Amino acid sequence: MARRVVTEAQRAPAGLRIRPVEAADLDQVIAIDSDITGKKKTDYWYELFHRYGAGRSRQRLFLVAESGGEIQGFIIGEVRDWEFGSPPCGWVFGINVRPGARLAGIGTRLLEAICAGFRHAGVDTVRTLIARDNSLVLSFFRSQGMMASAVIPLEKGLG
Amino acid sequence: MRLQISTSLALYSVLEFAANPERAISAADIAAKYEVSTHHLAKVLRELVRSGILESTRGVGGGYRFAGNARRLTLLDVIELFEDLGDRAGTSRQPGASTDVGSALGVVLAEIDEIAKATFRSITVSTMLRLIERQRNGAAARTSPKKARRG
Repeated sequence: MARRVVTEAQRAPAGLRIRPVEAADLDQVIAIDSDITGKKKTDYWYELFHRYGAGRSRQRLFLVAESGGEIQGFIIGEVRDWEFGSPPCGWVFGINVRPGARLAGIGTRLLEAICAGFRHAGVDTVRTLIARDNSLVLSFFRSQGMMASAVIPLEKGLG
Repeated sequence: MRLQISTSLALYSVLEFAANPERAISAADIAAKYEVSTHHLAKVLRELVRSGILESTRGVGGGYRFAGNARRLTLLDVIELFEDLGDRAGTSRQPGASTDVGSALGVVLAEIDEIAKATFRSITVSTMLRLIERQRNGAAARTSPKKARRG
């Protein structure tokens, strides 16, 4: 008998809704981020909301996953044009899911939604940048079919 | 980047068993598919059983079966049973390793090792099975128009 394959997205809570962030969501977004990173960055999140929030631009997306009146996760990204000669593509530079709500497909739904937004903005590639030691998030993006990019990040200390 | 033969055999085997978790597969079947010695493969499979990734089943239709968690088990977990990717000790013993040039080369090689380890650590068996499926579908899509033209 063939096994029924249950995808991540099918495991998501039934009432889950992905929508643009609203000002009233920010406290929960800040709390999710500070729970995970250990740093409360209120000013940073208000600045991000100002630049990316509430559908201000088709090229900038700040989405949240809501179920049961609670924010379960968020994702932020934008379309960047011709950086270092690279054709326009979508960049995801922030994603987090409340630890208690993980393994339910919420991250998958958030990524699908932002990719749909990127397609709507006219691009066909999505990129992200993850710390090498962040196995959890690296594994998540890998599980979504993302592979090593043609772009190599480099850095140097300025001390 | 090259993996040792035992490591490659272990990865082939784990992916074969994980793709068919309900089925016991014999070492001979895997050996025939990958054209390797059953004796060599059996040693690799014993190590995978010892680590709990596979379980052996006896009797008619016996063989080995996947016993791990495909969504948790990473390629690095399997690789590290057979070799140490971060082992630059061998390189540091090579002639010239203590010179400025050897030392700078060691920094570059260590960077490559770190990237390789992060890549293997980020790919679970489950992700790898999906990648195999995508490649299979991609190959089928590439060949089917030719078939249609021939027909």
